[in-house]
Amino acid sequence: MEPFTAHSGIVAPLDRANVDTDQIIPKQFLKRIERTGFGQFLFFDWRFLADGSANPEFELNQPSSAGASILLARRNFGCGSSREHAPWALADYGFRVIIAPTFADIFYSNCFQNGMLPIRLSEEDVDDLFRRAAAAHAAGNLYRLHVDLASGTIHDDAGFHRDFAVDPFHRRCLLEGLDNIGLSLQHVDQIAAWEQAHGLPPVAAGA
Amino acid sequence: MPARTLLDKIWDNHVVCLPEGEAPLLYIDRHLVHEVTSPQAFEGLRLAGRRVRRPEATFATPDHNVPTTDRRLPIADPVSKQQIDTLRANCREFGVRLFDLGDVDQGIVHVIGPELGITQPGMTIVCGDSHTATHGALGALAFGIGTSEVEHVLATQTLRQVKPKSLEVRINGTLPAGVTAKDLVLSLIGRLSTEGGTGYVIEYTGPVIRGLGMEQRMTVCNMSIEAGARAGMIAPDAITFDYLRGRDFAPRDFDAAVARWEQLPSDANAAYDRVEIFDGRDMVPQVTWGTNPAQVVGVDAMVPDPNGFLDPNERSSGARALEYMGLQGGTKIVDIPLDRVFIGSCTNGRIEDLRAAAAVVRGYRVAPSVHAMVVPGSGRVKREAEEEGLDKVFRDAGFEWREAGCSMCLGMNPDILTPGQRCASTSNRNFEGRQGKGGRTHLVSPAMAAAAAVSGHFVDIRQWNYK
Ligand code: SF4
Repeated sequence: MEPFTAHSGIVAPLDRANVDTDQIIPKQFLKRIERTGFGQFLFFDWRFLADGSANPEFELNQPSSAGASILLARRNFGCGSSREHAPWALADYGFRVIIAPTFADIFYSNCFQNGMLPIRLSEEDVDDLFRRAAAAHAAGNLYRLHVDLASGTIHDDAGFHRDFAVDPFHRRCLLEGLDNIGLSLQHVDQIAAWEQAHGLPPVAAGA
Repeated sequence: MPARTLLDKIWDNHVVCLPEGEAPLLYIDRHLVHEVTSPQAFEGLRLAGRRVRRPEATFATPDHNVPTTDRRLPIADPVSKQQIDTLRANCREFGVRLFDLGDVDQGIVHVIGPELGITQPGMTIVCGDSHTATHGALGALAFGIGTSEVEHVLATQTLRQVKPKSLEVRINGTLPAGVTAKDLVLSLIGRLSTEGGTGYVIEYTGPVIRGLGMEQRMTVCNMSIEAGARAGMIAPDAITFDYLRGRDFAPRDFDAAVARWEQLPSDANAAYDRVEIFDGRDMVPQVTWGTNPAQVVGVDAMVPDPNGFLDPNERSSGARALEYMGLQGGTKIVDIPLDRVFIGSCTNGRIEDLRAAAAVVRGYRVAPSVHAMVVPGSGRVKREAEEEGLDKVFRDAGFEWREAGCSMCLGMNPDILTPGQRCASTSNRNFEGRQGKGGRTHLVSPAMAAAAAVSGHFVDIRQWNYK
């Protein structure tokens, strides 16, 4: 996995609570057997009209969100289905960071598996960011944020500056771009010991 | 040893190691696999030259993407067919037991696990599917994972997991007649909110839970994820043991297993991180009006007016939901007409659910304006229902009787709503487009869905005239 250390990018505001993974990537796109190529289907039912053209009302289709790599959302982002196709689609579309007051558990951990950083900020701070983005867009500007994972800080160019917390193991995985399975297999002796202590037959060599 | 909860006991028993600077490694006893969330995981194994560590702990079945019509016909959609063929090939290559189409044991992964006795008390169980919480009804710690984690479990039989907090949801009293496990859990989600359980494992306790049969307990645990909780669980008791005895994969020395399982329930003075207490006597049959399962009211109520909601997030998502659902605040729930009725899913596709629905339908006809279908949760449920003649009750009334699968719970196969169609569904999610783009889903119990099919609109099952 590609390490994640710091990231600066354009912010796309998505002012909705309880965005579920069925919206992030609708089920008709879950039939693929690859991990890649899901970005084109991100938010499909919101993003496109029935005739296949871009829905001009949808937040991500605004010119101010073009090229965005940081998604700003409301409470309980990523709820519902465990489908990892949701973070695959977000990452493939170009998002590296998602900011929300709260995330659903499975989605949250799926993000880390894909080199994406979900940041929890307080409801007030998220409100503040929505206001700042709106103000920048009203003035005809893009809105940018700068994230530093090593120091756990996020700031904009106009005085917003906050610390954020990430579980130390998740943080390390992102910073070092760790292969989780490889890391766990380093403990294979302990896994075998657990199995033996619980009466399971040994696993054939090489497994 | 200090007093421990059910969660503590299962957790402690499965921690493999706590390496410095890493998350704990938790041993996984059972891994269930389906066609949609596994292909990329097997591919990852192949690319890394890894094997499945414990093929005998891994069980697979195609369920999400399978047709529910005649199984002798080829699968029409080539992409669906490829996904199902891929599961077959992966199971063959990695030595995983597959309950394939045409096998009576095929079915929704969360229906067949308990039904075959693969799910047992005290186990850790995972699946690349959020409704894995269902298996917690038997006193297991069971939760959904993403595909990268599926690959991790396949390769290591463990998972990196930080211990979740514990939430006791105690339900005192009794449930009134006509109020089912589905109504109970919908009403709990309505009160806890869709994220009230985030970060927690819920243990359901209290006299109402003790009084529920095994399948009703599964309905309750199944929807824990809809309150944000990763898992729901219920301490095993005589009902659990009776349910499991004699099932195909139940332990050979069953009495010894029961003796172990009897140690699992939370100690009397064990402390939970949080406790919520409800009373069953307050509960009424539920109908969702919006686009998440917490947007729910009693069947005797009206669609709410979101303008009256205090929370600004709830206000805006409520307004958006009503627009999507084509409803107005103030409309009586029983005045909402329906186009479709779906009885099935891992929430309510088991034999008791079908019996409850058939009891309502017996002697009636489906309303002419309604297209209704029943999709059994597994091949065994289907067979059992047919042995009891339930299929005949449904068919005589004008329901379609289908083969086992997820079907219109998520509409990955051809069973979908068309835009604007309104459906009473016994499934678990009423998200926008869940049952088909533009489709409008109302979640209800099997009895309420059956009554709605007959009446063409919602009715209060407490007033139903059973024939
Ligand atoms: S029945 Fe529905 S919720 Fe259950 S596993 Fe299938 S798709 Fe998921």
